[in-house]
Amino acid sequence: MNESSGAPTTLSRVDVTDAAAELLRHLSASYGPLMFHQSGGCCDGSSPMCYPVGMFQTGPSDELLGVLHVEGIEPVPVYMSKAQFEYWKYTHLTIDVVDGRGSGFSIEAPEGKRFLIRSRMLTDEELAALGLG
Amino acid sequence: MTIIDKPQQTETTSEHGSGVYAAPNTPGAVVDYESRYDNFIGGRYVPPASGQYFQNVTPVTGKPFTEVARGTAPDVDAAVDAAWKAFETWKNTSVTERALLLNRIADRMEQNLELLAVAETWDNGKPIRETLAADLPLAIDHFRYFAGAIRAQEGGISELDHDTVAYHFHEPLGVVGQIIPWNFPLLMATWKLAPALAAGNCVVLKPAEQTPASIHVWLDLVKDLIPDGVVNIVNGFGIEAGAPLAQHPRIRKVAFTGETTTGRLIMQYASQNLIPVTLELGGKSPNIFFEDVAAAHDSFYDKALEGFTMFALNQGEVCTCPSRALVQQSVYDAFVADGLERVKKIKQGNPLDPTTMIGAQASNDQMEKILSYLDIGRQEGAKALIGGDRAELDGDLAGGFYIQPTVFEGRNSMRIFQEEIFGPVLALTSFSDFDDAISIANDTLYGLGAGVWARDGALQYRAGRAIEAGRVWTNTYHQYPAHAAFGGYKQSGIGRENHKMMLDHYQQTKNLLVSYAEGPMGFF
Repeated sequence: MNESSGAPTTLSRVDVTDAAAELLRHLSASYGPLMFHQSGGCCDGSSPMCYPVGMFQTGPSDELLGVLHVEGIEPVPVYMSKAQFEYWKYTHLTIDVVDGRGSGFSIEAPEGKRFLIRSRMLTDEELAALGLG
Repeated sequence: MTIIDKPQQTETTSEHGSGVYAAPNTPGAVVDYESRYDNFIGGRYVPPASGQYFQNVTPVTGKPFTEVARGTAPDVDAAVDAAWKAFETWKNTSVTERALLLNRIADRMEQNLELLAVAETWDNGKPIRETLAADLPLAIDHFRYFAGAIRAQEGGISELDHDTVAYHFHEPLGVVGQIIPWNFPLLMATWKLAPALAAGNCVVLKPAEQTPASIHVWLDLVKDLIPDGVVNIVNGFGIEAGAPLAQHPRIRKVAFTGETTTGRLIMQYASQNLIPVTLELGGKSPNIFFEDVAAAHDSFYDKALEGFTMFALNQGEVCTCPSRALVQQSVYDAFVADGLERVKKIKQGNPLDPTTMIGAQASNDQMEKILSYLDIGRQEGAKALIGGDRAELDGDLAGGFYIQPTVFEGRNSMRIFQEEIFGPVLALTSFSDFDDAISIANDTLYGLGAGVWARDGALQYRAGRAIEAGRVWTNTYHQYPAHAAFGGYKQSGIGRENHKMMLDHYQQTKNLLVSYAEGPMGFF
């Protein structure tokens, strides 16, 4: 995996690999500003869905996990439903990309690519800083 | 297998000797795929407006075997137009005529069951013994069930008073959009098509882009039976074909099976068009084994061990996969040991081999996602009792997408207990008593399926009623008869599939309120 950064320099729940960042830059050229919403459930569930900002309506039931800063494009917010976040709050997520196809209405599918979440447990220091220690 | 009510005997004509079916488009194959499939609109195949096609890969070997139309919004428009045109006639057909169509489709499928089963296995990666014994027999029966249900459906006559009568008629909605998942491509298409057609609707259907091809083998068999424009199929990617269908201003309903984020998006579109949706969005189904299961080592115990192993059916790619096993502490060690012995006996291999029990995951990205969950499971401290890795197969299968059946022991708060992995991965934990079992079972965002295993009838009943899920299998699992309602509580979705109640999801109610009184009401 090409982690764009090793240990986070600032406290963050989300990160993006170099390969995923490159794909985001490519998609943003066609679609403009982008966002992610992590899905739950069946088939293509448990996957990050990438949409142009404005396509998917977020609301009070969503948690903003963080914002991805990818060089050359607008910051990319990453959301998840609050209910699901309760089970994810101890993990750090890195958005990666693999070869694949199909992912609901996520915009990368026609490229033959699929965004994927890689997870690691937050460290004790990170948990303490997030008030979860 | 006893996956259906009445297992159908299938004569297999697989190659002599090995018994392994020949892959499509190889010598001896019972089915060949075309090299390309267009969209099916208005009763004929038409090239996609974009002029583009995408390659379709078989998960069995990881290699492409056909290409499929890359449909976009203009194709969806054309399909919706064709469907409305067909509706002018189709809406006036008698239930006799529509039931006959469904029965004829079922007959044609039954005559070609083996061919369809091989086509489905090649497109999806699931073992041929499942497509032969479950997917296709269930789909055939489903068409027949709704052929019967629509004939038996009654409207209503209510005598409001001596001179006033309310008549209630069932009328079709019109043109409906259906978005099909990739885990049971033909069966899930059937679940949506059969009730919609029975009720008198015309359909625009988008297959999953991971499994876009087997439905065209089906269509080739039945298209001469279906009036032009009644069923339209637009292939393509979700963002390019699925989204334009879901937000089309001239569809009257959307039915979707998939995940929660797309489900929300479909509701968002539906709210803009003020149309109804049915959503089936998955689950994290508990499978509860109470201590009296182990009271004797008899055939019931054997059945329960099979129930424990059911997480591997269809490679775990089932919305109702019993992916959380809860075993009572008093019998935990011995029962789990026996359960793991059963898991060890799962034969993984070539999906076209009738002895294979677990085949390939449907796509590379699906396999990668499962591997990422095996990783997070270990990081969270879950213990892999068996499996835990990709399965490396030989020869042509080396490029396919195979995962070892895996059992993780852990706690219900772990992510592998809470998120749908959609792979052959069982999250195993124990419980102390009834209340503990129900508490763990219901500690999930979802409520689609559940399993209860017990010898005590009262215990079965109390547990079944206490679990917040739409389907509680009791001393069985993974049976999907057309005559039993299927659908979710909580975030598992909205509405039901199967059962005659499904007709309501594809019908409007027309009330004629008629006065037979001779004189005025007296207000004016």
